[in-house]
Order: sequence, then C-alpha cells, then structure tokens
Amino acid sequence: MEGYIHSIYTGGMVDGPGIRTVVFFAGCSLRCLYCHNPDTWFRKHGEKKSIEEILKEVLKYASYYKFSGGGITVSGGEPTDQPTFLRELLKACRVNGIHTVLDTSGCADEGAADDILPYVDLLLLDLKAYNPDSYRRLTQSKIERPFATLRVAQRLNVPTQINYVLVPDLTDDISEFTEMAAFLKQFKNIQKIEILPFHKHGELKWKDLNIPYKLADTRSPATEELERFKGILTAYGFNR
Amino acid sequence: MNAGNIFPAWEGFNDGTWAEEVNVRDFIQRNVTPYEGDAGFLTDATERTDALWAEVCVLLKEEAKKGVLDVETKKPSSVVSHGPGYINKDLEQIVGLQTDKPLKRGIMPKGGVRVIKNALKSYGYELDPAIEDVYTNHRKTHNDGVFDAYTDDMRAARSSGIITGLPDAYGRGRIIGDYRRVALYGTAFLIKDKKNQLKHENLMRLSGKLIGIREEIQLREEINEQLRALKQLEDMARGYGFDISNPAANAKEAIQWTYFAFLAAAKQQDGAATSLGRVATFLDIYIEQDIKNKIITEREAQELIDHFAIKLRIIRFLRTPEYNALFSGDPTWVTEAIGGMGENGKTLVTKNSFRMIHTLTTLGPAPEPNLTVLWSNNLPDNFKRYCAKMSIETSSLQYENDDLMRGYWGDDYAIACCVSAMRIGKQMQFFGARANLAKALTYAINGGRDEKSGKQVAPEFAPVKTEYLEFDEVYRKLNQVMDWLAQLYISTLNIIHYMHDKYNYESLQMALHDMEVVRTHACGIAGLSVVVDSLSAIKHAKVKAIRDENDLVVDYEIEGTYPTFGNNDERVDKIANDLVKLFMEKLKKHRAYRNAIPTLSVLTITSNVVYGKTTGATPDGREAGQPFAPGANPMHGREQKGAIASMSSVAKLPYEYALDGISYTFSVIPKALGRDGDERIHNLSNLLDGFFHDKGHHININVFDKETLMDAMEKPEEYPQLTVRVSGYAVNFVRLTREQQLEVIHRTFHESM
Repeated sequence: MEGYIHSIYTGGMVDGPGIRTVVFFAGCSLRCLYCHNPDTWFRKHGEKKSIEEILKEVLKYASYYKFSGGGITVSGGEPTDQPTFLRELLKACRVNGIHTVLDTSGCADEGAADDILPYVDLLLLDLKAYNPDSYRRLTQSKIERPFATLRVAQRLNVPTQINYVLVPDLTDDISEFTEMAAFLKQFKNIQKIEILPFHKHGELKWKDLNIPYKLADTRSPATEELERFKGILTAYGFNR
Repeated sequence: MNAGNIFPAWEGFNDGTWAEEVNVRDFIQRNVTPYEGDAGFLTDATERTDALWAEVCVLLKEEAKKGVLDVETKKPSSVVSHGPGYINKDLEQIVGLQTDKPLKRGIMPKGGVRVIKNALKSYGYELDPAIEDVYTNHRKTHNDGVFDAYTDDMRAARSSGIITGLPDAYGRGRIIGDYRRVALYGTAFLIKDKKNQLKHENLMRLSGKLIGIREEIQLREEINEQLRALKQLEDMARGYGFDISNPAANAKEAIQWTYFAFLAAAKQQDGAATSLGRVATFLDIYIEQDIKNKIITEREAQELIDHFAIKLRIIRFLRTPEYNALFSGDPTWVTEAIGGMGENGKTLVTKNSFRMIHTLTTLGPAPEPNLTVLWSNNLPDNFKRYCAKMSIETSSLQYENDDLMRGYWGDDYAIACCVSAMRIGKQMQFFGARANLAKALTYAINGGRDEKSGKQVAPEFAPVKTEYLEFDEVYRKLNQVMDWLAQLYISTLNIIHYMHDKYNYESLQMALHDMEVVRTHACGIAGLSVVVDSLSAIKHAKVKAIRDENDLVVDYEIEGTYPTFGNNDERVDKIANDLVKLFMEKLKKHRAYRNAIPTLSVLTITSNVVYGKTTGATPDGREAGQPFAPGANPMHGREQKGAIASMSSVAKLPYEYALDGISYTFSVIPKALGRDGDERIHNLSNLLDGFFHDKGHHININVFDKETLMDAMEKPEEYPQLTVRVSGYAVNFVRLTREQQLEVIHRTFHESM
C-alpha cells in the first residue's frame, strides 16, 4: 500500500512529546490563509511511499524515541485525506511499539475518525476558529467536521491537545475565543490548549508556489495579546 | 589500612597499590565519592572571585584589542625561566603564571627560531639578536631538523596543501602529563621512581621487550631529562613559596600542586593542544575530605576551582598569523574530561564535576578550559540534566562517548586536544594534523597533478580522460592516490617526531608518564563529506568534467540528483565508512617511528575554512575555495531529513577505524529543542543519549539564534564572552576571522519545520 508523502523530518522536538520523526503527508483540501506549509497542499508535490518504506525509516531512530519518550508524528498536508493509508501506517507503528501523534485539522470524512483514532496516542487538533463563518473564511471548510472528530476522540478517550493559531485581525476575537473555551470544557480528553502566535515563516513558500499570500501585511501578535488569550484558558481551567 | 602511615598527607585515604607505586587510577577507585544528586548544592562566586575575574577581564579586553597583551622577547621560556608572577597576590587562591605577568606570552625557540621571529614581528616586537644567534648558529631547532630530513615529495605535498597543519614549526602538543601525580605523590616520590627506572641495566628487558641500542640510549637520556624537569618543577614551586616534594595535604594544595605541574608543562612547551587531563574527580577526593573535616566550606571549594579555572583560561602561546588563520581564536585546548563511568559500573561523576562546569556560571562562558563531558547512558540523570542545561545556556560544553571509549581505553583516560582519547600517563601520541582527502580525489582525477597549480605532486599516472566521470575508474585511482598519500604521510610524521624528540623533547610532560608508553601516530583526514558526496554524485548522478587549456579538470557539472551524506541513507553512508576504513588500512601498512600505532581522526577544528580555500572545485558541486564542512559534518545545506538523520550518518562512521576521534558539530536554535526550558533540557539530554547509544563518538552542542551571531559580528564589543563550539573546540565567536564567522553562521542550523 502506498501513500503520497511530502517529506520525512527527523529530530522534531515541538511536535508532541520527546524527539520525533515527523512524516508530512502530501495533499490537503483546506486552504488556510496562514498555512506555513503550502508546499504540502498537493499530492503531486509528494512522493509515493509504501508503509514498509516509511516504517523502515522511522524505526532507524528507535533509540531516540526510547530515551526521550518520542515517536512518530504524522502531519502534512492533511494526513486524514489519505485515511486508509494513514490508519495502516499508524497501526504498523503501534505493532512496533512506536508512540503515535496525529497532527490534523480534524476535517476527516465522516467515519474516518472512528477508523483512525484507535491507533493514535496523542491527537493534535488544530481548531482554527469557533464561529462557523470565521472558520469558513479562514479555511474554506466547515467547522462541523473538526467538532465531529473531537467527539470521536472523546468517545474513544484519545488524549488530545488543541492548537489555536492567534492571527491579529483574523482569529483574535476575544468573545469568540471565550465561547470556544467554554465549549471545549466538556471534553475531558483535552489535556492542553496551545495558543500558537502567528508567524510568517511560510511566506516564502507561497511565493515559490506563485500563490498570493493574503497575510503579507499581518503582524505577529504582541506578547500582551497572547497573555490575554492564555488568561482566558486559565480561567476555564485549562493548562493547569 | 590507613595510607596515612606512609605519608601524613595521606591520612584518611583508603590504602591500595597506589600507596606503593604510581597508580592514580587505583587511588581514585578506592577513594572516590560518586554524586548522584542535583546542582542545588552549588554556590555563587565569592567577592574575591568576582574581583579577581574583573581584573582579568580588563586585561582580556586589552588583549583582544592588541592581539597580544605582551610578549617576552629576550628570555626563552622554560619551567624555571621566569620567577613568580601574579595577577593580584592578595586575591589569588591558586597561583602561578607562565611568565612574570598575566597574559604575557613566552617564546620557545627550540621549536624553530624563524617562527618565533615572524610571530613577534607580526605583533610589532623584535626578537633579541642574541637569542636569534644562539638558535640559528649554535643550537639546532626542531624545525631545522625536520627540513634537513624532508624529501622533495614531502615538501611538495606540504606546499600544495594535501598534507597541512603539520607540527613541523610549532610544538606537537597532544601530550597529557598525569599532573595529578604531583599532587598525590609529591615530586620526591616521582623522582625516586624515575631513578629506579634508570637502575635497570637494560631498560626494556624489564618488560621482556627487546629494543635496539639507539632506542635504549634514547630512553636513558630521556629519563634523565625527565628527572631534570621534575627538579625544575620543584624549584618553580619553591619560587611561589611551596614545597611540593611531599604529597598535597589538603584540597587547596592538591589543586595548587596539580596546577603547578600543568603550568610547568605550559612553560616548557607551546604544543598545539595542551590538555589538562581528567582532574576534577581526582580533586574531589581532597575536597570531600576537607569539607568532611570542616577545613573548607562549599563556597571555599568553589572559589578554589574558580581560581584554578581562571588560571586555565589565561594560558597563552605565541602563534604566527598563518597558525591563527588555521586555528583561529587563540586556542590552547586545555581540555578537561569530566564524568564518565568506572569499569565497576559506578559513576565517576562527583560534586567537583559540577563545580568545574559551574565555572561557566560563576565566571561566565568561555572556550577554555575545553570542558568535555564523558557521556554514558548510565550517568546520573541529575548530572545529564545539568550538562544539558549548561549547554543551552552557554554552548561551552562538548560531549564524548564514554561507553564507547571505555572499552578501548579503560576508565582513566583523558582527551588530548578535542577528540583524542588516551590512557593518562600511559599513552601519548605523535600528532599528525591531517591529510586533505578532497584534494586526494582531485589528484585521482588529474593523474596526480594539483588541481590548482597544475604541478605534478603525486607520482604521475594516467588521468581520467572521459568527459563523464565513471565511478569505478575514479575509485580505483583514488585508491592509488591514497596508497601514495598514506605512505608519504607516515614517513613525514616519522621525520617530524624523530626531530621533535631530538630537539624539543617534552621532558616535563613525559616525566609524568610511565617509563613505557604506548605511542600512536595520530593521522587525520579533512574533507570527508566532500569526497563522499563527490563519489556519490559520480555513482548516482552524471558528473561532467570541465577541463582547462592544460587538460586539467578544474570544474564539474552535475546532471541529475544524488544522495548526500547526512541523511542516514545507506547508499552514500556506506561510501563514507568504506573510505575511512580504506585509509586506515593503508596507514597501518607502514612502519612508524618508535613503533607508534597509526590511528585516524576526522576532525578539522576551524581549519576546514583554510582547507576549502586551498582546494579547487570538487565533483559534488562544491565550488573552488568554498569551505569544507567541519570534522565529520555533512556539507552545509545538504541535510534534508533533519537533525537526527544527520547525527545518524555521523554516528555510523566506524570508531574502530578512527580511534583518534570523529568530530561532529551540532547547532540548533533554542526554539527547536522544545517549547520551554524544561522540555529543552529533557530533549537535549535525550538527544545525547540517543546519539551515543547509536555509537556516535563526539558532539559539540551549540544552542543559539542566527540573529545573535549576526549581531555579534557587527557589535563584537557587546559579546566578549560569546562562545561557540566548532569542530572539537570552543572559541570566542568574536575572535574568529570574519570568514570563519560567516562559515559558522552558514553552517546548518537545525530548525524545525
């Protein structure tokens, strides 16, 4: 069985616990305005690889996982856009005792999450907005899908970390964020909500791909803004 | 039994064979107190330390402006050449300077008088004519001896740069005296021991080894030289008001005696690398005892170590501009090996291992002493975490694989220079700098002609004539060139070390060795990743040779892509392994002076820049003059799979065939190590565990932002203590040449996607 893989990157230390090998899938149906990996949007930019090939590569670094409590992080692109391949890869990692992290937008097709999540040790769910309109504006996709994924994760009791990118003038509506925090409170499987400040490291990649980058004039959020949003999470009992 | 019955100073120590014969390891094993706790016990610098260090900093600043602060021009340096010198007698707890003033450099003309003259001239000084006359007309130098014996081939290879950095005009260094012996035994015991050695009618028959008449005469003369040096050491110490003929009786004396021994070595020799050895854990035994007996407090213990470290930081040698271009930043490689495990499975980490590293906090970061952590997966977790934390804060530590080395060198070895392990007091090396393997490859393609000058340097053979390079042909010819190179290299080292022994013998350092020592011929290679990638390009892509009007291949065009070293890709990593083995096998075939055992290192320190400069274009697509990657590092920008893949390619290089060490430099921005401080410490510590578990030999860790370095380039005065690790060595970033600074900046920073 083969999947479209953009690249494999070793030594990831901010993509889940410990030292991790990050497998970037190629292809994503979302078109997030702040995407920092637009080079992974298209399958044609990837390379076809088999489960065995990837596993062989990932297993080369087993000693690092062992010492650090690390493992594999599947990212992209959108891994759940290749659901069967993803499931089989995660399953193979499980069999080999490798800790699995799935980094996803949560926009998997219905049913796919039920199929995939049993093989995920930690879910990194990128919840990009709370209001359906802002979500659509930001991603050109529907907010119901990540919520559905989150509910499956809750049902299967998959430890989950929510990532939220704070973009000035785009996702910095404090009341929307507060509503989201209140909503997320019901999910007992959420271990942490991480607010990631927007950065423009991906801008060059947009240029390389000849796609207009709409956030060229957007700034990174100030430290005080970041702290204000973090304060809301604390108020709702997260990240303690 | 109590060793105190033999010497009062030994009161309280556990007895053992060490009390009857020179055996520092045995003393350590029987008396060490391993420490598994955390860094919580450490104390701040005392006011006295702050005041003393502040005075030194003023001098360092002045030195940085002038290049050298002061130089002796009249009196050649020796153990007893200069009387006592002080920084500030009222503050210093550990005393002793190389000359009469701090940072004033001595001259050592026995190595070569022209070198001294040029070095002095470059800083605006003039050598005393009487000294010049003596060392030109009456007393032959090492340098003169070498050039009397060099063949035309050797001269040609030297000037083309295929063999570079040879210690034929400066002290060979890389010898580590067991300076601890002076503290443990006192000089009288050691002198008696050396005299005993002389009593044997046939020195080597002692061990059942028969050696020739010349060797026996040489050994007899050397032992008498050693005796003289020990007596000079006693005299030097007496000048400072200390009688070191007896063993040190407390911590302060133990540190002082040890330092005196080291200082005497640095007064006698300006060796390229003057390692300290492995003293921290040894000294801990004295400190533990003094603290237990309430003679000193923890604060006072740290003060002693701080003052010791200050002295090690200001060791200086006079170098020529050419030397500085090769090894920038005024390095002395006062390498101290810290930690490691005993053969009995117990750790050799002590509280003093922490104190030694803590000098980076009490005094701030610095390249010297070259603090080297001997890492084992079994080191106490608290120590691992402390090291990782200090690496993140200061980038001043390097790490070497104790689990790997212990199997070869036991548990009382130290590191000469950057990566060369040797049993302390039992082994020495004949330093051989390095051969430029990338040049060997261009010679292979050009029939033995130099790719830059067109001169026939290697013996003439048929050059590659095809338009596209063909792997089998190039490899076969490279093999031939390496045959020639290995033979020439060993013969050259034979001459250098024969003459060094004859004209510039390290009597003080060798006095702190056993009579019989194991010698290695420490050969080295530069440009490994360049050659490996070149061969991979020839094998996996199409490489077109571009010839000039003299039919010399001067450039290459690559069509297609090829796997590069540093991506944990067996197709190319195997080429690297094969190459290291191949060259080592060739070196082994040749007879070496004093039966030295040839070894190999993959190490460049900062010389990768100069090596690159003197090497034309190579088939991997590297342009003429571009720097090589340092040590065993993959070439800049060719690692596509991230940090661990790169580390894995390097870890696979066979230490068995490169016993003089394999150096790897890893630079990372703090953010890529984790989101917060704790996570970064955890990850870095585990990264080291993984690398060493996978048999990596050595790693430098740099943790800083590119922006910091760029800023330091523009405003050097604001970063006097910014330390970066280059291949096997730490250096003040602002003291590098601009070229080397740029090279460090361009070198891959591992950033996460």
